[in-house]
Amino acid sequence: MTEFIFPRSTPLACALALVVLVVIGFTLPDWAMFLATMAFSKGMVALGVVCLMRSGLVSFGQGLYYCIGAYASGLMASWLGTSDIFLMSLLGIIASGIVAVIFGPLLATYRGIFFAMLTLSLSMILYGTLSKMSVLGGTDGLNISAPTFLGYHPEGRALGLSLYMFTCAVIVIYGGIVRTLFNSEHGLISLAIRDNELRIEYLGASVRTEIAVTYIVAAIAGGIGGVISGAAIGHVDPEYAYWTTSGEFVFLAILSGYLSIPAVFLGSVALEIVRSFSNLYFPNTWQMSLGIFLLIVILLFPKGLGALLSRPKKPEKKQ
Amino acid sequence: MSTPILTIENLNKSFGAVTAAREVSVVVPDGVVWSMIGSNGAGKTTFVNMVTGYIKPDTGRILFDGTDITKMSPRQVTRLGIRRSFQIPQLFAELTMLENMLVSLSINRKDKPSYKRSARKPGHVDEAMDTLKRFRIEDYHDRLMSELPAGVRKLLDIAMAMSGKPRVMLLDEPTSGVAAEEKFPLMDLVMEVLSASNVTVMFVEHDMDIVTRYSERVLAFYDGEIIANDAPDQVLSDKIVQRYITGTTK
Repeated sequence: MTEFIFPRSTPLACALALVVLVVIGFTLPDWAMFLATMAFSKGMVALGVVCLMRSGLVSFGQGLYYCIGAYASGLMASWLGTSDIFLMSLLGIIASGIVAVIFGPLLATYRGIFFAMLTLSLSMILYGTLSKMSVLGGTDGLNISAPTFLGYHPEGRALGLSLYMFTCAVIVIYGGIVRTLFNSEHGLISLAIRDNELRIEYLGASVRTEIAVTYIVAAIAGGIGGVISGAAIGHVDPEYAYWTTSGEFVFLAILSGYLSIPAVFLGSVALEIVRSFSNLYFPNTWQMSLGIFLLIVILLFPKGLGALLSRPKKPEKKQ
Repeated sequence: MSTPILTIENLNKSFGAVTAAREVSVVVPDGVVWSMIGSNGAGKTTFVNMVTGYIKPDTGRILFDGTDITKMSPRQVTRLGIRRSFQIPQLFAELTMLENMLVSLSINRKDKPSYKRSARKPGHVDEAMDTLKRFRIEDYHDRLMSELPAGVRKLLDIAMAMSGKPRVMLLDEPTSGVAAEEKFPLMDLVMEVLSASNVTVMFVEHDMDIVTRYSERVLAFYDGEIIANDAPDQVLSDKIVQRYITGTTK
């Protein structure tokens, strides 16, 4: 179990992180604020992938929930005429949660490549369905009106700053919840599943239930990430569920590792920065830059950037 | 003879052309210490796997304290109070010894595992350390599994199985892979802890000195059958057992 270099008290760690993020937000130029908002929203989805990775599973279909969250909020804005970010987030959580409750127990019986491929299949089914449904905009998708905040209608920089603040609050709260889960008894059991499922069953716990619950937690994170991305961009299309989008979340989860929750969001910001500047300076070969970046991280930090943020195990006692 | 805790009736199990269990029947009284002997492939581990729900018999019945557990999963059987250790200790390699023990205690505490309560709560750590102390392996609590000697891994495997107050403990070759001079101290310790917990013990063993010293009765397996079921001296002096299992006569 990892011991984080952050404060041991989760509420204290969350409060400190939120203060730091808010202060940074006021200093950021608009482009960087948008980049951070997008990075954090994608970090939320990647956090879900990390939750599953911790139990030894890789989801290549987390775009499913990213897309469900974004479409649920987009449809709410379009059909109900309200784009309150709190309501949109709630709807994103409910929509992704319901789908995960249906598929989680089924997927929890599969492992390895079968789990990965089934998650990928589900996201591609959604992609195909949305692409063909003209009522939902087909491949063009939907436009989402600018979010409001409990009756507050910001514009210009205030809108970007408000969404950034909301995103920071969401990642801090959800990060705190996930940290509590990781440190809990169930969290330790789900970590042990990675090593030895047979022993978990022989100790009397249900591996399937543990994985199903983890899958639901991961799905909700994906749904919230989708809501925020949709609101930030102002548009949602079926590409949210496309396999390359899901691949990006796996890429990010590998980059971050499963040892630290803050590392997921820091990794996401690093990735967005590398992507943005690669796109700017190497417009034709930016994907190669990302690949080289990931290779360097894997070679230097096989356990991801999170290894830098976690305490090493205590030195062994001499016997 | 006290009340039976395990009643095994006519178990049969085949894997293709190989018969791993043939009309295996045995009644195990509560509180006894029995051993199981037999050459490799004789059906000892298959017997343990069937009793603990890992393998389902083709025919036959297994009753635990009157309850039919024949079709139950390992988890259900474990929950009822039948525990096992493994020939190759089944541990969590990336966790420390203390964390291994915490996993076991988290699952087996009276109240269900929590999504909120810290696994490393001081009371839980104390409880885990107390269990490790009973097995005298607490000095290794911060070590990863790869750093532990074979005997310590065996003890941890048994210590984890013991959490949750089991009624029957099946030990699959508890001394295999352990240095010869460590076998008796290890078994002394295991039996001391198990007898203090009033657990019915059945262990698979190849070392006849250990069988004679620690078990009240021996089940001798050969080709999927129980060919002898008696006190150690009787079984080990049986000509058929000597011929097919211990190899002391030709």
